[in-house]
Amino acid sequence: MSGRKRIWNRVRPVFAVSIACAASSAAHAQSMRDVEAIAKERGLTTQDLVAAAKTYTPSGQHDDYVMFASGGHAGQVFAVGLPSMRLLRSIAVFTPESWQGWGFGVGNEILEAGFPKGKPNLWGDAHHPALSETNGDYDGQFLFINDKINARVAVIDLRDWETKQIVKNPLTVSDHGGTFVTPNTDYIIEGGQYSVPFGSEYAPISQYKEKYRGSVTLWKFDRKKGRIDKSKSFALELPPYWQDLADAGKLVSDGYMFLNSLNTEMATGGIEEKNPPFEAGASRNATDFLHIINWKKAVKVYEAGKAEMIEGFPVITLKTSIDEGLIYLTPEPRSPHGVDVTPKGDFMVVSGKLDPHVTVYSFDKIKKAIASGSYSGKDDFGLPILDFDSVVEAQVEVGLGPLHTQFGPDGYAYTSLFLDSAIARWTLGGSYGSSTPEPDWTLVQKTPVHYNVGHISAAEGDTVSPDGKYLVSLNKWSVDRFLTTGPLLPQNLQLLDISHQGTNMPVIYDMPMGVGEPHYAQIIKADKLNPWKIYPEVGWDTVEQNIDPMAPKSKMERVQRNDDGTVDVYMTAIRSHFNPEHVKVKQGDHVRWHITNIERAFDATHGFAVPVYNITASLEAGETETIEFDADIPGTFPFYCSEFCSALHLEMMGYLLVEPE
Amino acid sequence: MGATFLDRILGPRIDPADLSKNSIRYGTPGFLLLLARVLLLVSLFLPYWQMELKAPQYPDGLHMTAYVNKLEGDVAEIDGLNHYIGMKSLFEAAKLERASGVFIMIGFVIMLELAAYVHTRWSVLLVAPVILFPVIFLVDLHLWMRHFGLNLDPDAPLSNAVKPFVPTALGKGGIGQFETMATPGVGLILATVASVVLIIALYFHRRAYLPLVKQMQSSAGKAA
Repeated sequence: MSGRKRIWNRVRPVFAVSIACAASSAAHAQSMRDVEAIAKERGLTTQDLVAAAKTYTPSGQHDDYVMFASGGHAGQVFAVGLPSMRLLRSIAVFTPESWQGWGFGVGNEILEAGFPKGKPNLWGDAHHPALSETNGDYDGQFLFINDKINARVAVIDLRDWETKQIVKNPLTVSDHGGTFVTPNTDYIIEGGQYSVPFGSEYAPISQYKEKYRGSVTLWKFDRKKGRIDKSKSFALELPPYWQDLADAGKLVSDGYMFLNSLNTEMATGGIEEKNPPFEAGASRNATDFLHIINWKKAVKVYEAGKAEMIEGFPVITLKTSIDEGLIYLTPEPRSPHGVDVTPKGDFMVVSGKLDPHVTVYSFDKIKKAIASGSYSGKDDFGLPILDFDSVVEAQVEVGLGPLHTQFGPDGYAYTSLFLDSAIARWTLGGSYGSSTPEPDWTLVQKTPVHYNVGHISAAEGDTVSPDGKYLVSLNKWSVDRFLTTGPLLPQNLQLLDISHQGTNMPVIYDMPMGVGEPHYAQIIKADKLNPWKIYPEVGWDTVEQNIDPMAPKSKMERVQRNDDGTVDVYMTAIRSHFNPEHVKVKQGDHVRWHITNIERAFDATHGFAVPVYNITASLEAGETETIEFDADIPGTFPFYCSEFCSALHLEMMGYLLVEPE
Repeated sequence: MGATFLDRILGPRIDPADLSKNSIRYGTPGFLLLLARVLLLVSLFLPYWQMELKAPQYPDGLHMTAYVNKLEGDVAEIDGLNHYIGMKSLFEAAKLERASGVFIMIGFVIMLELAAYVHTRWSVLLVAPVILFPVIFLVDLHLWMRHFGLNLDPDAPLSNAVKPFVPTALGKGGIGQFETMATPGVGLILATVASVVLIIALYFHRRAYLPLVKQMQSSAGKAA
């Protein structure tokens, strides 16, 4: 008996497993053998299958992270889910976008507020998105992004993922050192790029050194209102170097910010006059200047009324900055791109594009050098220069063309290598050193990427608590990675798995981005985002984020002719009709068309599109929009719902009848 | 003079000495009637009936909950969908019932209160409507649904696809791409428990007072 029992005990688990396998294969008629067959047919390696298993996200399963990527020339922001690398949606920012009706009836006044010198500029060169932070960590409330071409900063509310504000920098015409937020999002940093006379006024280039200036602007953010408060914002005048990327200090370095610069040679180009071109003139010297700015002290100086009004904007002049000890310079390898502050705020990592090292500055040493007051010299404008050797902690040889650095949770730093087309993983030293098996300040691994990587973004990789896990390499060229799409090719966003230590850091997904150049991106844990599913109340003003008291409501629809000759249309939209359906106006009338989507169902969006008058709007459940236009062209204009909202979507239309004079 | 009409309805009173001696016998029906009153009052605040509608584009389903006095949930959304099949707005249904629901329930509580004082078989008249209430609720619901389902606007957009029908008041049903599941709410269950409690209460009521009634009748006979 005991013998039989023993055998049964041994057989039972096997029996159970084979029954389970039979059951599951009967249910789906699939097994690992099928996977092997498919892999063989498609030429997939085991590595490929593992990468697929790491990234494939079945229908209905949600991503763990959301990456907000700059849309580059598209002037937008793209939200991408990780690890699936699926494009979730675009967010219209600087550029009209017809799906969202952005600039065609929605957000027109926001776009207009950003017109430089009042001139309609309907594109943007979106560069660096920055998520709002609380105590140096992403809080998922707001997203900011700069526009390099016209030096503008936009505020996106992450409750409804819509742009709420665009501010134009009154001093500089181009920016690059933005956007970066201070650890509690008190200020949004916007560093300029190409020096111009303030306000982009005219001055001959021969007066470059005297009249052209750099700047960095601190935009005060009013979190409660969800807006930049221009009246509490100010800028610092900087030498006419081309300030580049920036980062805010955190924890031990909170209160400071760091800006790179190039062209400290103050080259003025002029290849046509046999002068050295900018590319040569601006990279002649072996070093440029890292700007170290005590912004908390600058705020005090500004609040003490020591700023000068230039172009109607408060500016702390170079002289004041020198007198008050706000700005210090220190040499950095020439033509640097990124300056990135380590998670504890104790080191600043600078990559000189033309130098194979990353240069790591110690904030502790910077503080000591400033306190000692012994500088190695002053620049042409009188700014004190800290001695390079006294502030540098380490230089790590990582490879050719280092650009940007991000951080993991485990003492690793990651740097993009433009020329090598690779991502370098290297170890930090100091208090981080003990968490990695490798020695401090050492290159660990270089994973090839395809090709010409610019920025990289690790999951929460620039915060006080990086998540690791994923890193996205934002590559400029894709060459042979996808089917040829004509001579203009998509960019290639490659996902790397960085969850293991050591040299294990494979590329696991390629995502083509054929809509613009995503310069920088930030990756936030999805559960930190808490977006609305529908607008909180029917009749929601999405600019004020409140109920619009004038919003059309059910049973109050009407066309109202006012004494001053204007017409107010109060319209509601619900599946599957507009009310009213006949809108009769006279040629020359100024029309204010108020329209509310009175739906309460999740995803019940209606479009509102009018021909000839160039109007389209996306109305999400509860949203109210007011669209103004002059009915200057007489005629019969069928307007309709442009979102396939229901079985009777085609019937959701009406007529705008403009009676001739 | 014999007993008044009211005395005949109310029946015999209990001798205080008898009451203290047989407190359980007389107390049981009183307690059960009180319990039923409490159950009914609590049920006022709880849903009596709910329906879940499932369709591919509503992965979380649509939900509708009926209380004695109100209709809650995705009623506006369901109405919006119903207009495609030409069904009237659900807010038009059972208006009188919803308006009077709370008063009827208070009426029930008063009737049960009174029933405790009526020691003759007439007490059944006061209790029976309350016992029947859950059934009346469901029958009323069914009749309204039948009325709405059978009286669809023949000119409605989906009149070709969806013919007049009788929605299911309890259990599984379906309409168009929707699967429906109608279930009784906690309130209705409490009211049903109250009905059972009341039937038991009537039994103990009769058992307690029947001897007294008989005694009264025989003494009345003798007196005559």
